[in-house]
Amino acid sequence: MSKMRYSRRAVLKGGAAAVAASTLPAPMVWAQEIKDITLRQFGTGVSNLNDVANKVKEDLGFTLEMTALDSDSVTQRAATQPDSFDIADIEYWICKKVWPTGNLQAMDTSKIANYDKIVGIFRDGKLTPESTIAQGTAPHTVGFVDGPGGTSFADEETGWMTLIPTIYNADTLGIRPDLIGRPINTWAELLNPEFKGKASILDISSIGIMDMAMVCEAMGEIQYGDKGNMTREEIDKTMAIFTEAKKNGQFRAFWKTFDESVNLMASGEVVIQSMWSPAITAVKSRGIECVYQPLKEGYRSWGGGIGLSSSLSGMELDAAYEYINWYLSGWVGGYLMRQGYYSAVPETSKNFMTENEWGYWFEGKPATDVITSPTGDILAQAGDTRDGGSFYDRMGSVACWNAVMDENQYMVRKWNEFIAS
Amino acid sequence: MLKNRHIQGWLQASPLTLILIGFLILPIITIVVVSFWQATEFSIIPAFTLENYEFLFGSPVTYKVFFATFKYAVITWALTLAIGFTVAYYLAFHIQNQTTQIALFLLCTIPFWTSNIIRMISWIPFLGRNGIANSMLQSWGVIDQPLEWLLYSDFSVILAFVHLYTLFMVVPIFNTMTRIDHSLIEAARDNGASGFQTLTHVILPLTKPGIMIGTIFVLTLVMGDFITVRFMSGSQKANVGRLISNDISLLQYPSAAATAVILLITVLIVIGILLRFVDIRKEL
Repeated sequence: MSKMRYSRRAVLKGGAAAVAASTLPAPMVWAQEIKDITLRQFGTGVSNLNDVANKVKEDLGFTLEMTALDSDSVTQRAATQPDSFDIADIEYWICKKVWPTGNLQAMDTSKIANYDKIVGIFRDGKLTPESTIAQGTAPHTVGFVDGPGGTSFADEETGWMTLIPTIYNADTLGIRPDLIGRPINTWAELLNPEFKGKASILDISSIGIMDMAMVCEAMGEIQYGDKGNMTREEIDKTMAIFTEAKKNGQFRAFWKTFDESVNLMASGEVVIQSMWSPAITAVKSRGIECVYQPLKEGYRSWGGGIGLSSSLSGMELDAAYEYINWYLSGWVGGYLMRQGYYSAVPETSKNFMTENEWGYWFEGKPATDVITSPTGDILAQAGDTRDGGSFYDRMGSVACWNAVMDENQYMVRKWNEFIAS
Repeated sequence: MLKNRHIQGWLQASPLTLILIGFLILPIITIVVVSFWQATEFSIIPAFTLENYEFLFGSPVTYKVFFATFKYAVITWALTLAIGFTVAYYLAFHIQNQTTQIALFLLCTIPFWTSNIIRMISWIPFLGRNGIANSMLQSWGVIDQPLEWLLYSDFSVILAFVHLYTLFMVVPIFNTMTRIDHSLIEAARDNGASGFQTLTHVILPLTKPGIMIGTIFVLTLVMGDFITVRFMSGSQKANVGRLISNDISLLQYPSAAATAVILLITVLIVIGILLRFVDIRKEL
């Protein structure tokens, strides 16, 4: 029940696929044997798209089996069942948890063709040379290890990457402007009594706690040392504020899966809640007004990447590198960016997007024509601009990255109490 | 040697014994053992500790959640019993034609041809703030504001439970009722008993085993449930099942196991008490 199921998308229109196929370098060397290779990928559903598997079969020849799970199950599986996958599509904070188990192997960046074009966030941590690094598990802090067998994370680019970044975004609160009827500009609004019985937060502890922290800090109740690595005292205070709010009936429901968040918002049960970008898209595509509201405190950001199972070797390993290079070569990036995510190598994705799409999604310009999702739903009309603006506006105001704390065990228990209280 | 009655008996019982050992006894032993282990974020350390139980009994939330579990169980039990008994009584004593009886009984089971989850989730759009129930009541002028407590509340949880589990009460009660000798009822009437007296003095005592079996079904189902509580309360309420499922999803297996052990003991005690009232074996 808790599986996310928004990866079941219709096959992409043939036209775009054909264009993509002709521009990609085809791997010819082991064309015959590669047909028999099957790589098993699992991940959080965000990027576990059947369209990607179909395209891999078409462009690279081998079979990619996709399994979509929720974040907790993904962590569990990566940590406890190393033989059940070849490729793990996980988030950076999950990597921090899973890497010490030795179930993943480091990747040689010299084999990654577009490595130099990967966005700075995933390399030295800086989007632009002037950027400051946000709190939490910033991707570059767990992105590198010392060598092929390295077990501890390195502080700088070493040539051995733990995850190849694939997808990331900046999250904020989703609101129903038609039901709220006034501007919202701070995280503190989530606990505003005005929205009593009409607010929601997600029931995934590691992400929910960050949204809570953003709210508590915005309210001026708590000043955190590092929201991504709270002390027990900070956790207690945060939970106390939210438990109080829960008892006062602030929340209509908590959601755990993508579909639930969409339904809560679309049905009007909830008017303000923590939300994910494609969920906003899903609400909008039903013709209901919904805004991914930029807030003055900044965004809570997350990033995912592909990791290789330590049991991969030989031809399968080669195929995996082939897959990674293909992943960064633009088609997937374009596909994801047209859903509102960002690609690790935006410039290659540009080739797979129209000028209008690139302008709308990446540059924050007003759309010159109708913007549609990869599945053909209309997301924006000509003249609309993206909530939050351009890539640099959005990723430049990240306040905190999704994280796993030293006090994670304690936090999890407190979270369980919060849900049960 | 196979002629030996003793050995033959053992052989005949062995398939069931093996299945029960493999799929019931061993898993329970494992759960008990794991409940005394330590855990980190994603590994379980087989070292003896009482920490899981200490945390469980030390947290006020545990008591609250156990209380909520009993509350759901008792209310659901009372409602399913009232509805289940009435339905079974109607089927068994008011419908004279056996074909109609069977047809109506099968009618009761039709909703069970769809999935549990579907039946539960269909309530959500019905009960929501802008759902069918609220808009209907508003258009009739019964209420001005939508009723918030219809959905994501104890009400919706218990409603779903009653909807899901009433049949488990109907079936065993109906079954025992059809076995009541009609001459007993005639005898009661001949001796001047009113309809109500017949019901309380003849039918009710004779359907006790059915009621008891239904009670055990409903209580164990409700006390072990987590998904209904999660969906119908919008994750706002908790029972013991949710405590366990939360622990599992957060990889806290030993803690989940400890809670499961306590829940198991609680349910066994409840059933033990129930069986004190009625000797099911004798009555069947």
